[in-house]
Formats: sequence, structure tokens, C-alpha cells
Amino acid sequence: MGVTSETGSSPAQVQEGPVARFFRATEIDVRMLGMAGAIIVVWCIFDVWSGMKIANEGLFGGSFLTPRNLWNLLNQTASIAIMATGMVLVIVMRHIDLSVGAMVTLVATVSAVLQVQHLGPALGVGHWSIWIAATVVALALGAAVGATNGYLTAFLGIPSFIVTLGGLIAYGKGFGFYISEGVTIAPLDKTFKIVGGGVPDSWLGPFWSWVLAAVACASIALGVFNGRKQRMRFNFPLRPIWAEIFVIVMGCIAVLGATHAVNSYPWPHKLAEQYALANGIAIPPGVENKAGIAICMAADKVVRCADGLVYYTGYAVPVLITLAVGFAMTFIATRTPFGRYVYAIGGNPEAAELAGINTKAMTVKVFSLMGLLAAISALVASARLDAATVSLGDWNELYVIAAAVIGGTSLAGGLGTIYGAMLGALLMQSIISGMQLLNLPSAWQNIVVGSFLVVAVYVDQIYRRRVK
Amino acid sequence: MTTAPLVEMRDISIAFGGIKAVDHATIDLFPGEVVGLLGHNGAGKSTLIKVLSGAYQRDAGQIFINGQEVSINNPRDAKALGIETIYQTLALADNIDAAANLYLGRELRTRVGTLDDVAMEAECRKVMGRLNPNFRRFKEPVKALSGGQRQSVAIARAIHFNARILIMDEPTAALGPQETAQVGELIKQLKAEGIGIFLISHDLHDVFDLADRLTVMKNGRVVGTARTADVSHHDVLGMIIAGECPAKAIPGPGALRDVA
Repeated sequence: MGVTSETGSSPAQVQEGPVARFFRATEIDVRMLGMAGAIIVVWCIFDVWSGMKIANEGLFGGSFLTPRNLWNLLNQTASIAIMATGMVLVIVMRHIDLSVGAMVTLVATVSAVLQVQHLGPALGVGHWSIWIAATVVALALGAAVGATNGYLTAFLGIPSFIVTLGGLIAYGKGFGFYISEGVTIAPLDKTFKIVGGGVPDSWLGPFWSWVLAAVACASIALGVFNGRKQRMRFNFPLRPIWAEIFVIVMGCIAVLGATHAVNSYPWPHKLAEQYALANGIAIPPGVENKAGIAICMAADKVVRCADGLVYYTGYAVPVLITLAVGFAMTFIATRTPFGRYVYAIGGNPEAAELAGINTKAMTVKVFSLMGLLAAISALVASARLDAATVSLGDWNELYVIAAAVIGGTSLAGGLGTIYGAMLGALLMQSIISGMQLLNLPSAWQNIVVGSFLVVAVYVDQIYRRRVK
Repeated sequence: MTTAPLVEMRDISIAFGGIKAVDHATIDLFPGEVVGLLGHNGAGKSTLIKVLSGAYQRDAGQIFINGQEVSINNPRDAKALGIETIYQTLALADNIDAAANLYLGRELRTRVGTLDDVAMEAECRKVMGRLNPNFRRFKEPVKALSGGQRQSVAIARAIHFNARILIMDEPTAALGPQETAQVGELIKQLKAEGIGIFLISHDLHDVFDLADRLTVMKNGRVVGTARTADVSHHDVLGMIIAGECPAKAIPGPGALRDVA
């Protein structure tokens, strides 16, 4: 069919520099690379800056690029990143969901009230089924609330901005407050707390973290290999071998680097001691110092005896959930007809309708999916806090929208990627945590985050215009 | 002719907010025939045809396909009956590539139900190779394509799925002379395959070149229908502008009545 003749050549290739050729050959998304670069720059700046205040063990002598901080950063990003993946699809479809934060509050409240006030007393605190019931109810509630948003938008024709603005006001501080009577609901079920990443049971540990990393590396290689096989099947132009290998190597370096970081973060002393006591592991007796802490000699240093028991955390459950959600949502967005329709509707709603796509049903489904993701976030956030409060989801909607937009999602619709939004969430959380680490006044933190959002979108627009 | 027409739209009416966009219009189409639909902007041609393609729902009237009454409530129904449409606006999703547009709404899937993008691109390369052999930009969103290239994507989408009935709403509006001639060739080829075509056009030359019959509309009503061979350009202009129905045409409800 004359298809093979054009392999590897294209009219645009006439005069391009080595850089452009490199990006074309590897098919790396330049925007994504830019965001990854921005994240690394931000990390380094905060590490140097914090090191100038108090020297620490970070890469540049600060306290940002330490396993402890990076581990916390990943866990803090989880809740926003999970919702950002759904917000991408909502915004791509030319809608908006302002109610995600309120949904977080509502869902967390309902699941907490269910655990603490109903199932706990009825089944006995700590019963094995409590966390399952709480999770199922939370997910169903989130999906239902989201579907309601979608129904009002699609079938009654109320703009999604208004529908979800109503939800923002009513769901969390209305229904949520009503259910909890404004009281903080705590403590939550012990097993349920694993979702939050704050207890040893929620840590994968170094061995399984490395196993996971190995699986991830193998998947990257397999994905690249499969893509190549598919292209060969239809005689499409192939990437050069060096570009394929480059992509695999870079992917693996990122995976192994992250794994090394989380595997270098030791358990807090208290938990290590508790674990040792609970499992009959001997702590060297040592000598008690003035503060009542047992101290021992390690080589020529005086250390706390419990330091001898070093356990590393590895990946925590919230991070695993985020990765799983990101993977699933990317799959949905790029590999399924559902995702294709979302983008087509965003590109031209009328055309999508004429092509036979049921755009109203799609709207309901996308909002329902958003609600489901808000529920997952609610589980993570409340389990992490070990409580549900009426302010749990405050500001979340704005951070989620900001993450999606920083990640390259266009409010005009039709454009946006899941991984972009997740990187956007990580970038934004990095800036927020960095400023908290430096103890900047919170007024300044808000000014910086707000300005950053505007500047990030401006830079993105300049980039897009250039590319055109 | 004793066979039932491929399409018959009988007494179709549709109103928007009290304005009768189409008023008791009746048209038909036989297999292997091209029927030109003519009229000013706002005469109701596109609206009438959108009733057939499922984009609008009629207020009154009946639609028959091969003599069987059918109900067309949305574009999916129309496609299921083998009715494909090339819209004046092209109706492409600008942000996705040619193959994704070609298969929009009826994607090829792998065994596990995911999109088979590679197979779709391969098919797309075949179809576009026939329609527009110079087309190379398979990886880019159709936004980046020229008017003619976009048009060929829209045409490819309409003919790729074994249409029996093809609606072309101003198919050459965005095209240069050479591409227009190509579309003309394509129409003749499809006609030879027995496909019935409604051709909506402003261009009288196009219609006289390609159509077997023509129907003229004015203010939402059918002025008249005639065999192209029986009428002159002048006659047709009279139908379009004044609503005068010449002797050899079958007058419709919109024709001027000179006998009181």
C-alpha cells in the first residue's frame, strides 16, 4: 500500500538541530521533561537554602533532599495527585469540579462516623470487617455524589461550575457538618489507618520495594519492546535502537532512584522500639543518660541504643495507591474508547455527538469517576490524619485544579495528560513543603503558591505558541 | 419505477422556537443516484438533511428506508441504517489524529477491549492513501492539517464504513479546484457502487455536473424537484430566487402558484 516507503523520513526533518532530532527520536514529551526539570531545580534550591539556615544530611547540606523529607513529600502529594488525575478528564471535557474538596470532607466524615459511632460499638472496636465496610461505603458514596454532579450538568443543563460550586458549599460544611455535628471524629479503625501510611503496617519495606522497582523496570522495558513489535507488525517508522534504550535507561534510573530514597528512610525511633518490644527483639541495654534514654557506643560515636535497630520504610501505601491510580487512569485515558471519547468531546462536543457518542452519559460517568477518586483521597487523607474533621478537604479543589493546570491541562478543553497533572501536584507540593521546611510565614507561602500557578500557566502558553 | 426508493422523507417538519425551519418537505433518493439539494442560506437544506442523519429530531413526518418506516432519534440510529454524513463543518475533533477521527464512535478494539490504535492507523493509511495519496501527517492532531486534508479525513470517515446512503453538505467548500475535481470523481465512483447520495451545494455547476435530479428549497419548503437534464441553469436560479417552478419540474408546497 506504499506505506513502507516513508519509514523514518518526513518533510519536517530538513533542518533540525541535534536537540530537536534527539527529542523526535526518543519521542519524549518536552513538556514533561521541563516539569521534571523544574521539580529537580526546586528541590535543589530548597536543599541549598535550608542548608544555609541549618546544616543537615541533604544532598547539598540542607534538609530537603533527605530520605525523610522526600518520603514525606511523596505521601503528602498522594491525596491531591489522586484527585488531579480525575480533574484532568473533567477539564478536558470542558467542565470543572469545584466540589472535590467538599466531597473529601463529606466522604471522610461518613466513613469515620460509620467506623467510630456505628460499626465500632456494634461489632467491637477493631473488628476485621470495619475497614472493608467503611471503604466500600466511602467509594460508593463518592461515586454517587459525583454522578449527581454529572447528572445535574448533563441532563438538566446546569453549568458544571454552578453545580459544583453549590456542592462546594453544601457537601462538606453542610451535609458533612450535619452528620458529624461539627465534631472531629477519631480515632479511626486500626486496619483502616494502613491506607494513610502512618503506621509500620503500611510500609512496604526495602525488600518488597526493590521487588516493585524491578517489576516497574521490567514493565518499562516490556512496554517499549511491545510498542516496537506493534510498529513492526504494521511497518510503521521505528525509533532508533539507541533511543529505545535511552528511554528504558532513564525510566529505570528514575524508578531505582525513588526506590533508593524511600528505602533509606528509617522508621522513627519510637516505632522501632515498640516493634522490637512487641516482637521480642533485644535492644542493647546500654547506659541511661540524664534524659532517661539508653545510650550505647557504636564505633566511636555515642548513639541511642534503639538506633541499633534500623528498619527502613520503603514505599508507603498512599504512594502505592497513587501510583496505581495514576497507572489505571493513564490506561483509561489513552487505551480505552472511554478515554478517547473524553478527549473527542473536549475537542469538539458537537462532532462527538454527531459521531454517535452519548455525550450526556459520558459526562455523568466522568463526574462519577471524579467522585470515586475524591473518595479514595478522602480515605487516604483521613487515615493519614487518623481523624475526620470538617476542614479535612479545605482548599483541595483549588490545589487539584492548580495541579492539573500546572501539568498542562487546558481549561479550553481537549488537552491534558494524567502524568502531567501528577507531576504538577508533586511540583506544587514540593514548593509548599519546601516553604514549610524553611518556616516561611504562611502569608508568604500563599503568595508564592498563587504566583507560581499563574507564572506556570503563562510559561506553558509561551511554550505552546512556540511549538506551533 | 416500481422499486421503493432507497430513502424517502415524507412531510418532514421541524421548528425552532416557532420558526419553521423545514415545513412539510418531501424528498426521495434511489440507489446509485445523486440528488442535489439547492437553496439559499437558511432555506432549510441542512436542517432537513440533519433530520436524516439524526442530528435533529423531526416534529412531524416519516422516514422510509427501502420502503420500511424507520425511526432515527440520534446519529447512532442513522449510522446503524447505513446513513453517513459529511457535515459542512466537517465535525472533526481537532485535538485527536486522523485515525482517531476516522474511527470515532466505532473504534477498533483489541481482544481485551482496549483501543487498537496501531490497526486503526494502518487502516487509516490505506483509506487516506486512496483519497489523498500525499497525506503523511498521521500522528498529528487534525487541527494541524490543511482545509483540504481535513476534508479528506471527513470524507474518509463517511465512506469507510460501507455506507448505503451518503449525505454531503457542501463537500467542496474548503477545497481548491484540483481537490474539488477529485471529490467529483469520488462521487461518480460511489454512485457506480450503488450508493445513494444527497449533495447539498451552493455551486450550480457542481450540481449540474454530478446530480441526476435536484430539489430546490426556499423558506423551509420544497419549491420543486426536477431531473437535471430537463432544466437549465436559468430555470434553477428562478426556483432558488423566486420560487418559480418550471414546467418540467414537479412542484412542491413551496412553489409560486401563478393560477389563483
